[in-house]
Amino acid sequence: MSDASTSAKGDLQLRNITKTYGDFNAVDDLTLTIPEGSFFALLGPSGCGKTTTLRMIAGLEEPTAGTIHVGSTEITDMKPYRRPVNTVFQNYALFPHLSIFENVAFGLRRRGIKDVKEQVDKVLQLVELPHLAERKPTQLSGGQQQRIAVARAIVNRPALLLLDEPLGALDLKLRRQMQIELKWIQTEVGLTFVHVTHDQEEAMTMADTIAVMNEGRIEQMGTPADLYDNPQTAFVANFLGQSNLIKGNVVATDGDSHTVDLFGQKVKVNKNRSVARDSSILFGIRPEKIRIQENSHTNSGCVLEGGTIVDVSYIGVSTQYQVEMPWGQELMVFEQNDDGIPPLAKGDSVKLSWEPVFSFGLNGHEDASAGSEVNPTEDE
Amino acid sequence: MVAIARKSGGANPLDSLRQKVAMPYLLLLPGMLWLIIFFLSPILTLVSTSTKVPGMGIGEFVQEYRWANYWDAITAMQTQFIRTFFYAIIATLLALAISYPLAYAIAFKSGRWKNVLLVLVVAPFFCSFILRTIAWRQILAQDGIVFKTLEFLHLISPDTRLTSSAFAVVTGLAYNFLPFMTLPLYASLERIDPRTMEASGDLYANGITTFRKVTLPLSMPGVVAGTLLTFIPAAGDFVNAQILGNPSTTMIGNVINAQYLQTTNYPLAATLSFILMIAILIIVLVYIRKSGTDELV
Repeated sequence: MSDASTSAKGDLQLRNITKTYGDFNAVDDLTLTIPEGSFFALLGPSGCGKTTTLRMIAGLEEPTAGTIHVGSTEITDMKPYRRPVNTVFQNYALFPHLSIFENVAFGLRRRGIKDVKEQVDKVLQLVELPHLAERKPTQLSGGQQQRIAVARAIVNRPALLLLDEPLGALDLKLRRQMQIELKWIQTEVGLTFVHVTHDQEEAMTMADTIAVMNEGRIEQMGTPADLYDNPQTAFVANFLGQSNLIKGNVVATDGDSHTVDLFGQKVKVNKNRSVARDSSILFGIRPEKIRIQENSHTNSGCVLEGGTIVDVSYIGVSTQYQVEMPWGQELMVFEQNDDGIPPLAKGDSVKLSWEPVFSFGLNGHEDASAGSEVNPTEDE
Repeated sequence: MVAIARKSGGANPLDSLRQKVAMPYLLLLPGMLWLIIFFLSPILTLVSTSTKVPGMGIGEFVQEYRWANYWDAITAMQTQFIRTFFYAIIATLLALAISYPLAYAIAFKSGRWKNVLLVLVVAPFFCSFILRTIAWRQILAQDGIVFKTLEFLHLISPDTRLTSSAFAVVTGLAYNFLPFMTLPLYASLERIDPRTMEASGDLYANGITTFRKVTLPLSMPGVVAGTLLTFIPAAGDFVNAQILGNPSTTMIGNVINAQYLQTTNYPLAATLSFILMIAILIIVLVYIRKSGTDELV
C-alpha cells in the first residue's frame, strides 16, 4: 500500500491553514510547526478553532486553504486512513461491538500486521489493563475506556497522536491521575502528541509547548512558564490563570524600566517585560505576586495605596481578597496562609505591594477583560 | 427487610411486607388477563378445532383428537408451505436491499430533511393496504411505468406480463412491508455514534472496510428486527397473492382463507394456521440464535 501511515516521520507543519464555514472563519491563516517528539497543546475556549485544527490534521475536515506536512510528506488531501496520524476522540469512540483486544487490534489488522497478539498485549501492559482484554467497552469505567482509547491509537506507532479533549469526561481526581499517566506514556513511546483542551491546568501539566488559540488564531505560543510569566496579550493574561490589568500611561523611562502612572500612583515595569507600543499601557500583575498589608506598613518595590477589602474568601492554602481601588476597579490578591497572621477582614483599608520584576506591560489599546469571561470548565 | 417493613409499618409489620410482595403480581394482573383472554384461549380453541373430524351434518365437526390431521395437512399443502416461505424470504431480502441504503441516507446524509423523509417512509400507511396492493397492479400493468420502462430498455418482450405473476406477488410483499424494514434499520443506524466511524477511518479502514467492520455490525439489531417484522407478516399474508398473483402463486394464507370462508373446512384451516405459527416461531428462534445479536438488542 502506498500510504504514509508508516513511512512519514518528522515535524508537523501547518502552513497558512484556513477553514471557513459560510462567512465564519473557524481557523484563520494558521501557521504552526510542531517538533517531532514533543507534547504540544492547543489551548483555547470553545469555538476558538482548536478542534477544527485537530480534525484537519486527522483528515476529518478539509482545510479551505493552506497545506499540512509531516516531515517532507504533504498530507493535506490524504484520506484519513492513509495518514500517519491516530486520534484519541473526545468520547473515546471505542467500537462497542468488539472486545477490548479487538478494539486495540483494529488498526494493526487493517494494515495487515503479523504479530497482532504480541503488540496488543504489549500496549495493554503499558496502559496496565491486560486483564480486561476480553471485556466489551461498556463494561469498563470511564478512566479505563480512556486508557484503551490511548492504547488503540498508540499501538499503531503513528508519527502523530492527536488527543481531542481526552480527559473532558473524567472527574477531577481521575483527570489529575490521567494527566500524569499520559505524560508518562508520551515519554515512554516518544511519539509526538498534539493535545486539544480548554483546560489550562491540563495543558500546563502535560505540554512542553502550548499554543493559546483565540478566534481562529494563535495568540501566543511558548512553554507553560513562559506563557504564564510573560503574557503578550490580555487574552493570554486572563485565560491562563488570572491577572490584574490596570490601564495606565508610561510617564518616564530610565535604564531598564518604565515608570507607569496608574490613576496618580507610580509603579515600575521592566522594559523587556512590556509589549506596549506607545505610552498607553495595560499594566499587569498576577494576584499571587501581591502582598497585602494594612495602610500603616512601609513597603519597598511597587506600592498601590488606598485599597478597601470588599470580599475575603478563605480557601485553606491561601486567602483570596477582592480589593477596591480608589479609581473603582477591583483587584484580586491571593495571599498564602503561611505567616500565622490571621486574614484581614472585609472593610479594612490596605495597601498592595510587589517586587517590580513581577510587573508586566501589555498594549494599552487592548480590551482588559479579553479572555476572562470565557468559562474555563465549559465543554465544547 | 424487617427493618424496612417496620419503618413503613402500621400496626402489623408483616401485613405491609405481604403487601410489598403482592404488588408486582397485582401490577401484572391486567396484562395476564389480556393474554389469557385474547391469546391463550383462542390458541386453545384453534388446537382443539384442528383435531376434529367432519360429522354427519354439513358444517358439523366432532372432536376425535385426530393428530394425524397435521400430517395430512403438511402432505397436502407442502408446495404452498415451501412457496410461502420462499416468497417471504425473497421479499424480505428485497426489502432489506432497498431499505438499508434508504435508512442509511436518512440517518447520516439527510440533514434537515430527516423528518420529511421519515414521514414519507410512513406515508403509504395513510392509505389502505388493499388499495395500495391494487395500485401496485396498476403500476405493473402493460401500460404502467414499470412495464413501459423495461420494454423501452429491451429487458422484457412485449408479450410477457408482470401482473398475475410470482414477480408481482413478491415485489408487492416487499413494497407493502417496506416501512417495517426501514424504521428499525433507521433507528439502529441513528443510534450509532458517528465518531466510531471516524475512528475506524482514523485506524486505517477505508469506506468499505468501515462499513463491513463497524457500521454493519453495529446496525445488526436493526437488521434482525427489520427482517423479522417483514418476514413474519409476509409469511402470513394472503392479500398480495390474491390480488397480484395467479393460481400457481397461492400462498398458505390464501389456503387458510379459502378453507375457512369458502370450503368451511374448519379443522384443516385450524391445522394449517397452527403449523404456520409453529413454523414461523421455529424459523425466528433459529434466526435470532444464529445472528447472535442478543447482547446488542
